[in-house]
Amino acid sequence: MGLRRYLATRGIILFCVLMTTLLLTIMLVGSNMDVILKKGVSIQVRSEITENRALMGSFKDTKELDQFIQNSIDNRIKALGLDSPWYSPNRIGLSMYKIITLDFGHATFLSSDSGSSKVSDIILEKMPRTVLLFTTATIIISMIGIFLGALAGSRTGSKIDKATSAFAVISGSFPVWWIGMMMIFVFSFTLHLFPARATPLISPSDPGYIPALLYHMALPLITIILIGFGTWAYLVRNFMVNVMQEDFVTVKKTIGVAQRKIVFQSALKNVAPPIITVLALSLSGSLGGAIITEAVFDWPGMGRLYFEAISVMDLPVIIGATYVLTAFFLISIFVSDLLYGYLDPRIKTV
Amino acid sequence: MGLFNDLSANVLKSRVGITGAGILLCLVLVSAFTIIFIPLDTYKQWNNPSSWTLFPKSALPSWVNIFLAKKIPEHQILDNTSTTVQTGDNARKIMQSFETDYAFDYFPSDFIYQYTAKYQGTPVLEFDVTRPDGMTLHLLSYSLPNLKSRTVFSDKVFSTNESIRKNILLASDRFAFSIVSMPVEEVVFSKTDAHEVLKGKYTFVAKISTTDAQSIMDDSKLIIGGKVFGLIGTDEQRRDLAIGLLWGTPLALFIGITVSVVSVVSGLVYGVFAGYKGGKTDESMMRFNDIIYALPALPFLIILAVTISNSIFLMIGFLMIFGWVGIAKVSRSMALQIKNRQFVEASKAMGQKSSKIIFKHIIPQIMPYALASIAISVPAAITTEAGLSFLGLGDPSFPTWGQILHDASKHGAVTRGLWWWVIPPGIMITITGLAFVFVGNSLDTFRIKR
Repeated sequence: MGLRRYLATRGIILFCVLMTTLLLTIMLVGSNMDVILKKGVSIQVRSEITENRALMGSFKDTKELDQFIQNSIDNRIKALGLDSPWYSPNRIGLSMYKIITLDFGHATFLSSDSGSSKVSDIILEKMPRTVLLFTTATIIISMIGIFLGALAGSRTGSKIDKATSAFAVISGSFPVWWIGMMMIFVFSFTLHLFPARATPLISPSDPGYIPALLYHMALPLITIILIGFGTWAYLVRNFMVNVMQEDFVTVKKTIGVAQRKIVFQSALKNVAPPIITVLALSLSGSLGGAIITEAVFDWPGMGRLYFEAISVMDLPVIIGATYVLTAFFLISIFVSDLLYGYLDPRIKTV
Repeated sequence: MGLFNDLSANVLKSRVGITGAGILLCLVLVSAFTIIFIPLDTYKQWNNPSSWTLFPKSALPSWVNIFLAKKIPEHQILDNTSTTVQTGDNARKIMQSFETDYAFDYFPSDFIYQYTAKYQGTPVLEFDVTRPDGMTLHLLSYSLPNLKSRTVFSDKVFSTNESIRKNILLASDRFAFSIVSMPVEEVVFSKTDAHEVLKGKYTFVAKISTTDAQSIMDDSKLIIGGKVFGLIGTDEQRRDLAIGLLWGTPLALFIGITVSVVSVVSGLVYGVFAGYKGGKTDESMMRFNDIIYALPALPFLIILAVTISNSIFLMIGFLMIFGWVGIAKVSRSMALQIKNRQFVEASKAMGQKSSKIIFKHIIPQIMPYALASIAISVPAAITTEAGLSFLGLGDPSFPTWGQILHDASKHGAVTRGLWWWVIPPGIMITITGLAFVFVGNSLDTFRIKR
């Protein structure tokens, strides 16, 4: 009963966060959005009328035509509900409803590789690439980190322990995107090993696209791993140090179980709950960091989409991408809560 | 003040702490040096291309010559070494000379004579150079535009000037090779028997002869164009990167320290208040905290910068909004432990106000933790600001390190190999971050020991 209540509160909070984010985003971009929408309507109405030859022939002079166009625009704006200001509860409610049902509308400037200007199409096209890059990176980072952290934590004060801690502190101080620039400088400018831009030049329909994409992925992947695994190892090390002081480890040591077996079988099992929580959180955290990393490497994922949308102020894309990024972030927080509640029996009694 | 003495003693006891405090001291000294000695104008003019025209484009730092067998010419901006004035009844001759000891293995890329004169009538400007081998080359005779009343006139003479070219061609019989298709600077700085650099002392002399006895010349400069300049070099827009990096230091310290101090202090007060009050107050305050905690910070910072303003002060404010939540959580749990201690209960029983208990009894207990978190959260603020600036969302009127890196990436510095434009700002960001982390970590071990 305790666990269920805990998860229910967490769920409600996260839903509130999602709604707050959405509301704040709409409020921040609302007035700009309004101008753009109205402009879009007037362009649409104008082209509809000028394309209709029969209608065009029925006007005596341009004044009458202008009058007619203006009337039609006003009618259309009223029909769409755009005549009330953007901050009216009706409008905000409507746009929130649309976004929750994943109807993001059409992008103003950007389009997907296949040519669709529907925001949901664009996001669906970019999302898998971001997931591919950052999930791969996180999995590799966590594997290196767990191995190194377990090793360091089981031998506190040893050389490997000191090296891991030092590396964690130092690598955590570098901005990832700057390391990215340096990697491009070393590996693509000086050594010509990898391409500088991570976007493959061939079209996505080409059968060679996926290998090309993977080849272009190498440099950003290496960079993210290089910067990330130190912190991970340090975290695992700290968990490990605590577990290694528990009684069952001492007992196993005294009955002569090999050190390696204790560390990688028994102790690691006990460190699992916090590690899995951190894993879930860092997966979602990396999506936020993706914006800058993808901009540096020109990786064609969500982060770069977001960056492009901001630089041309493509508001429907900004809103859609913010919503999806936030939703992913919150879902992973919820999953980590779920896992924590499941793995750590103490939470059930709270 | 006993606490602070303890803390500083603890920082200085550990090797990491000393390193961090040392770097920090250096950064503070650099900031003070910049604010006192570098003219404020250099940062206000940072984005004004016309104030950097005398500088070279994308020049390497000058110390690279140490490692090179063949020395790359240094970009020289020379002030005149001597001015002689001869005044007659109805005439005046002003002579300015510029000396340089040219000891590089490549020809300069060009030379420019920039002058300002105040005169009336039509003076004649003559421009000559005397080379190390004693040969004097006449470069230019030019009558300045006719001015009816005495006015200030300034202009530049470029080595690509067509009359200089013709004058040089007059001397073609003195050279053992054909100089017809060569740029002027490669003739002026060349040996006569072979097309190689003639090293030694060059003296450029500019002479103005005028009928106006009161004419003046000042603020003249001779620029000998090179490909290395200064300690860090220059960027694509001819800006001296050393100046940008120097101004970046006080800016980064200001951003980092303001954001972390304000967010840690407000988080601390918020968390302690919630923990001390408990019950419904605690519950609702922590739920609000949870909401802010789960907001995706970077997307929001980006949207705020785009829609409201990219002013650096607003950005500092936005960073504070997202900075206080983590501290609030931890200090609440600390307050929960402390409020059940006897001395708190005692002062409560004596009827002290809760605000007094919080500020007099609970917060001093959490102080070491707060100081450590201030130090540890500085780098995050600096890197976030740098990241936003890097994306082009920063305040362009301030040369922060992120802004310099943004310009570098905009001009493709990485793919063109302009390493001196990319490496130093990143190193500065990292060193600053490390210094604060080191100090913070040594403060933190102190807290754990207590």
